[in-house]
Amino acid sequence: MRALLFALFALMAAPLAAQDKAPPAPYANVQLEDAALEAQATDLMETLRCLTCQSQSIADSDAPIAGDMRHQVRVRLKAGQSPDEVRDWLVDRYGDYVTYTPQVSSTTWPLFAVPALVIVLVLLVLWRRLRGRKVQEGGGQ
Amino acid sequence: MIPEIGLAALWLAAALSVLQLVAGALSVKEAPAGGASPFAFYARPAAVVQALLATVAFAALLYAFAVTDLSVKLVATNSHSAKPLLYKLTGTWGNHEGSMLLWVAVLALSGGLLAGLERRLPERTMQAALAVQGFVALGFYAFLIASSNPFERLPIPAAEGIGLNPLLQDIGLALHPPTLYVGYVGLSVAFSLAMGALITRQVTPEFARVMRPWVLGAWVFLTLGITAGSYWAYYELGWGGWWFWDPVENSSLMPWLAATALMHSVSVLAARDALRTWTIMLGVLAFSMSMLGTFLVRSGVLTSVHAFAVDPERGTFILVLLLIYIGGALGIFAMRASAVAEGKTFAFTSREGALVFNNVMLTAILAIVLLGTLYPLLTEAFDVRVSVGPPYFNPASAMFAIPMFLVMAVGPLLRWKQDTAGRINRELAALVAILVVAAVLIALLAEISVLALLGLALAAVLAIAALLPLRGRKLARVPTATWGMVCAHFGVAVALFGMASESAFTEEKLAAVSAGETTQVGDWNVTLSSVDAVAGPNWTAMEARLSVARGEGAPTVLNPQSRNFWSPVQATSESALLTQWDGQLYATIGQSVGVDDDGNERWQLRIWWKPFVTFIWYGGLLVGFGGLLAMVGRIRDDLRRRKGVQRREEEQADIEELNAGPRTLPEPAE
Amino acid sequence: MNRLVYLIPLGVFAFIAGLGGYMLTQTKDEAIPSQMVEKPLPQFDLPPATDGIKGVSRTDLIGGEPKLLNLWASWCPPCIAEAPHLDTLKEAGVPIYGIAMRDTSEDVAAFLANHGNPYVAIGHDEISAIQFELGSSGLPETFVIDGDGVIRYQHIGDIREEHVPMLLELLEQAK
Repeated sequence: MRALLFALFALMAAPLAAQDKAPPAPYANVQLEDAALEAQATDLMETLRCLTCQSQSIADSDAPIAGDMRHQVRVRLKAGQSPDEVRDWLVDRYGDYVTYTPQVSSTTWPLFAVPALVIVLVLLVLWRRLRGRKVQEGGGQ
Repeated sequence: MIPEIGLAALWLAAALSVLQLVAGALSVKEAPAGGASPFAFYARPAAVVQALLATVAFAALLYAFAVTDLSVKLVATNSHSAKPLLYKLTGTWGNHEGSMLLWVAVLALSGGLLAGLERRLPERTMQAALAVQGFVALGFYAFLIASSNPFERLPIPAAEGIGLNPLLQDIGLALHPPTLYVGYVGLSVAFSLAMGALITRQVTPEFARVMRPWVLGAWVFLTLGITAGSYWAYYELGWGGWWFWDPVENSSLMPWLAATALMHSVSVLAARDALRTWTIMLGVLAFSMSMLGTFLVRSGVLTSVHAFAVDPERGTFILVLLLIYIGGALGIFAMRASAVAEGKTFAFTSREGALVFNNVMLTAILAIVLLGTLYPLLTEAFDVRVSVGPPYFNPASAMFAIPMFLVMAVGPLLRWKQDTAGRINRELAALVAILVVAAVLIALLAEISVLALLGLALAAVLAIAALLPLRGRKLARVPTATWGMVCAHFGVAVALFGMASESAFTEEKLAAVSAGETTQVGDWNVTLSSVDAVAGPNWTAMEARLSVARGEGAPTVLNPQSRNFWSPVQATSESALLTQWDGQLYATIGQSVGVDDDGNERWQLRIWWKPFVTFIWYGGLLVGFGGLLAMVGRIRDDLRRRKGVQRREEEQADIEELNAGPRTLPEPAE
Repeated sequence: MNRLVYLIPLGVFAFIAGLGGYMLTQTKDEAIPSQMVEKPLPQFDLPPATDGIKGVSRTDLIGGEPKLLNLWASWCPPCIAEAPHLDTLKEAGVPIYGIAMRDTSEDVAAFLANHGNPYVAIGHDEISAIQFELGSSGLPETFVIDGDGVIRYQHIGDIREEHVPMLLELLEQAK
């Protein structure tokens, strides 16, 4: 976590490079009245990546463009779209970069295949090491 | 003058590391059977003096920052004369060169301590370990001197410094990086010892007992460093998150995971003479992860906007060091490991079996974190940009963490070597009952995600299970190290409870309010009393005066700020926290958002009620304290044992002396 | 068998080191390319960004010769830097449509007065809505639109002198 130290530079530097004076979009910082819908929106916003900042979700970012994205999320959910539809709408435009939840695709399959491989390896290692071994004092020395 | 002394000390230290490497290596190679090589004399003093010199170098840089010596390039680019003294000092390691110097100084100090204090190992193994330590140090001295010289002078002193990133002007920076560095670099000792033991084929329980306190020490610092860093990010970044799975954070988590596995594995080796190759492997892996993290963060390959060292030359230098050290160590491991016998065997249901299981799980989590961190880099090589974030890391690591927690609850109850589930069936039944009852109760009472639900139920099980090893024992006679284990395992339960509770029950409120208006979050009423301009030494801010009250309770005042620094120019959000026993109220103030109908200015507020969030860090502290107890306990036992051996030897000598009859006293030297 | 197992860590490390080494040789490209390239323009209809100028809608961009669609803002410093090169493109006979992001009427007018007006029309996008539709993530960005209204190319960042011939070439190809 020396880490964070460095992350901090990145997080804050980008949004300040250019700052506009326009007010935020109506639903950038205004929660939806329907609490259940707002909860859905929050969950979704936490998994969408801010486009101009490093490693920040749009829920966390103060950048204007993140505010406009929050507006889109809330308005679209309010209009009856499902969170997955909103996510797909963004992925269609920005690719897998925009979502922190990788969807299985031709570019992301190793993210799912490797953990499966790790599980197989883990089982293999455990089986080899721990299968009903006879305990013998001094064995293997 | 002082900076030149620092640089000279650095050069001398580098020269001594060469001596340490050569003397150590020669004495390993040429050691006569049973005796000590003539070269053996040099390595230890070289390491100790080197530690002193590296400390002098760091002190010199500290001084340059303290007096804001603007003829030093590093000071001019990272400090400012108007900064408070504390932040001038902490600014020493708030930049690439300074933090690398701290890294190297800690490395030299660890080596010096190892050389100065450690007398239990066979001398040949010790010499090999010192040679490795000197070799590692040499590479990093070369890196500092060749491409990151912190003492570089400016041809003409600057009139004023550029300043330090405001986010780093915080007490968190004073404590957290040095703590973490001690942890990272402390693992170098485990690395050197593991390599020494591998090279001299001395992977024995004695070796494990020597290695254990070093691993524990580094692990305690890592644990505390990560805990402190997490809390710092939580209050300083201003959006209430405490862990982001950011690549740079992952770089600190990976060594911790490896060190946690190593610490448990080394205990098995010490107590039972099993898991020899596994322990060596983890010893290499833990420090390799420290170095890999350094590379990823500083080379600029991962996150390019990072201000530090986005310099391909430095990146290449570190990569070459990695190839030499990690590649070399893994190469030697591949050649030698099959020659190291695996050690004693054990059954699946045994203490060792449980530890092996959890070690494998920790390593699997490490693999997942490594994959998720490096994957975006891999796709970038094919010009595709992918993001991997919490929604991936959380479930993927939980897949291995959940079985690990279950085994962790039971493991300490099992006997070494061989045991049966039947012997502890009452405890098992009780733990299963707690798990089921807790899960069902929580599921009925609250609608929360599966992971949070499992987290809460497991926390309950782990808290009880952590205390079970104390059952039926005279508490006064429980060894300190066992107390350490109980405390650390209980800390895991506490932290897990905090994490699950924060993710499941946090309430958030966004509100645009004018002075006098009240808004609610959870059962809290938050009233904005006023917003005023305030000024600090190098910033101005809009400060909100919030009056917060829980239900009908007495109000407390919170003062979140939206700060603007002027050197360098940057805006930050200073959160205000109100800590209660059962959670924290977290408030930030944003921009002004126009006026209301009566013409009063409205301000954007963001407020959270985070139930039991503080338990995350209380847990981290408990885990660290547990490690400390274990370390103290082990060292004390060891000293006692050594004293016992010494006394017996003395008695033996006395007896022999008596038997030999009266001897002539030596002539007084006159 | 056992010996091979011990080689696994070395293999994994070699892979990581190779990847790290390769990435060190690459210049870091932070741009997020739009996935809308080679797809038809999305539907939009924007009001004028300031007085005395027309707004922009999807239909304005379809039909006839290829056009440039330039996303910019008066508060964006690189947009000032690219203004002369947009003028060059205009003089070469390229129709340029602009969309001002998160701007105000006065600021847009002042910007045009100071830095010239190469635009046929300028729409105003107050909440970055069209920016998202286009898959654009920063300012300025410029899209090449062919006569059928299909996005043929996305230029990320300010247009520099050396980009002008390239853009003219692309516009020629889009005919």
